[in-house]
Amino acid sequence: MTSGTHALLEVSGIWKSFDDHPVLRGLDLHVDQHQAVVLIGASGSGKSTLLRCINGLESVDAGRILLDGNVEVTQPSIDLDKVRRRVGIVFQSYNLFPHMTVLENVMLAPRKVRGTSGGAARDEARALLARFGLEAKADEYPDRLSGGQAQRAAIVRALAMQPELMLFDEITSALDPLLVGEVLDAVRELKLEGLTIVMATHEMGFARDVADRVCFLHEGVVLEQGPPEAIFSSPEKQQTRDFLARVLG
Amino acid sequence: MVYKDPVRQALARRTARRNALVGMGSLIGFTLVVVVLVSQTPGWPVVQETFFNREEFVSSLPGLLKAFLLNVKIFLIAEPLILVFSLLIALTRTLRSPIFLPLRVVATIYVDVFRGVPTILVIFLLGFGVPALRLQGVPTDPVFWGTAALVLSYTAYVAEVFRAGIGSVHPSQRMAARSLGLSIWQTNRYVVLPQAVRNVVPPLLNDFISLQKDTALVAVLGPIEVLRQAQIDASSSFNYTPYVAAALIFIALTIPMTRFADWIQGRMSKRQRAGSVA
Ligand SMILES: Nc1ncnc2c1ncn2[C@@H]1O[C@H](COP(=O)(O)OP(=O)(O)OP(=O)(O)O)[C@@H](O)[C@H]1O
Ligand SMILES: [Mg+2]
Repeated sequence: MTSGTHALLEVSGIWKSFDDHPVLRGLDLHVDQHQAVVLIGASGSGKSTLLRCINGLESVDAGRILLDGNVEVTQPSIDLDKVRRRVGIVFQSYNLFPHMTVLENVMLAPRKVRGTSGGAARDEARALLARFGLEAKADEYPDRLSGGQAQRAAIVRALAMQPELMLFDEITSALDPLLVGEVLDAVRELKLEGLTIVMATHEMGFARDVADRVCFLHEGVVLEQGPPEAIFSSPEKQQTRDFLARVLG
Repeated sequence: MVYKDPVRQALARRTARRNALVGMGSLIGFTLVVVVLVSQTPGWPVVQETFFNREEFVSSLPGLLKAFLLNVKIFLIAEPLILVFSLLIALTRTLRSPIFLPLRVVATIYVDVFRGVPTILVIFLLGFGVPALRLQGVPTDPVFWGTAALVLSYTAYVAEVFRAGIGSVHPSQRMAARSLGLSIWQTNRYVVLPQAVRNVVPPLLNDFISLQKDTALVAVLGPIEVLRQAQIDASSSFNYTPYVAAALIFIALTIPMTRFADWIQGRMSKRQRAGSVA
């Protein structure tokens, strides 16, 4: 594949139900390398489910997820641990490990999964933490961090595995409004560095600012997508207009 | 700097001192009343002679202490085995893949059965039953079978304690670990178990204390541990003081353990109050 149209992620026709309740209904999504794609949609429209399927935390009922044109996440025999080394995910609730310091949280996966030596992992972790303004918090336990610091630490922990694709699932929803900015700034910086990003968010202003493309999820499919200006200023579908009218007030 | 009002602090100190004095006084008073009341009962001289006889106590104590070493040995062998086996069983019961269904069923049946049967019955059945089979190469030593029975019985209990601990770790922790590429085994080893064990230290210590006492149950098979020794002493002198001495030996060991368990529990709940879970 050539670099211009390099599809890092290709989701085609995936279906997923929970107890006979279909959440994803033949959803398609295409993400090129270095793109930032933002998922919007009502609560329950399947944004989290989609993100969890992409790194194999949920299995799909039908359809295909292809990573980098050659790794088929949805193939039953795939080694999901290998997929997850290349796809990072950060959750709304941080999920830092409370019994480890911030530094240990960040070092765990590089050491145990990639086999990086302790010293190298420590240096890399400290450098990453410093980049996100957390050098002073490296030796603290997570319960000593503010929400914004905890979420930035969770981002650093995922970055330490050097993923090619980052998934963010409403990473600012649990935060005090005053702390949302510092976390979004971290994401903005990753986007500028060229990391490929798929992000579910209710921060419409941020989506307008940073996204290359906005996808509106409705009843388990991407009902409408396009550049942020188009989606926010002149949505074509009635459902998109209704949704935006509700969230933008 | 935290500003502390000196007047308030002095008041707090005075209150604390007064509380300590009142507590001490009431404890001493209560003890005196009990001692006086008991020593006034009509049967007290006889009870004192048969249960609290100084000479009997002094003469039986060395033998009892020596016999107690066997209890300590049984405990020290049984406890690590119980910890290892129960952890394995608890982990087995958390495996979700259908391949492990047979293992899971066996573990569940084992726990159900051994939690349901009184420990002393397990000791009887193993201690008298297995040697009676006269199998080649199978030990007939009652201490061996008594210890094995304790291990079987306690493993079932402790496995449930560990299972509760594993269940108390939020599923999102497992999800976060897996999403970083850690295998199921690594996720258990580095993320789930450290938190699970921390959550169950108090009940675990409780079971240790209980096991210390239950080493005396092996007496029914005949080996000379502290209870059996006390029985022998008591029947030769027609005096029950050795039983009291044996009880004191157990208490001397379990009370420090109990205080330690309380201390750990207090410290952990303080740490939990100190910060919300991230
Ligand atoms: N593990 C699960 N078991 C059963 N139902 C689930 C599970 N996960 C999600 N669901 C259901 O799937 C539907 C979609 O959930 P999902 O979390 O993907 O929505 P979402 O778009 O992320 O919503 P929100 O904006 O509230 O986060 C919901 O109805 C939810 O109840
Ligand atoms: Mg969600």
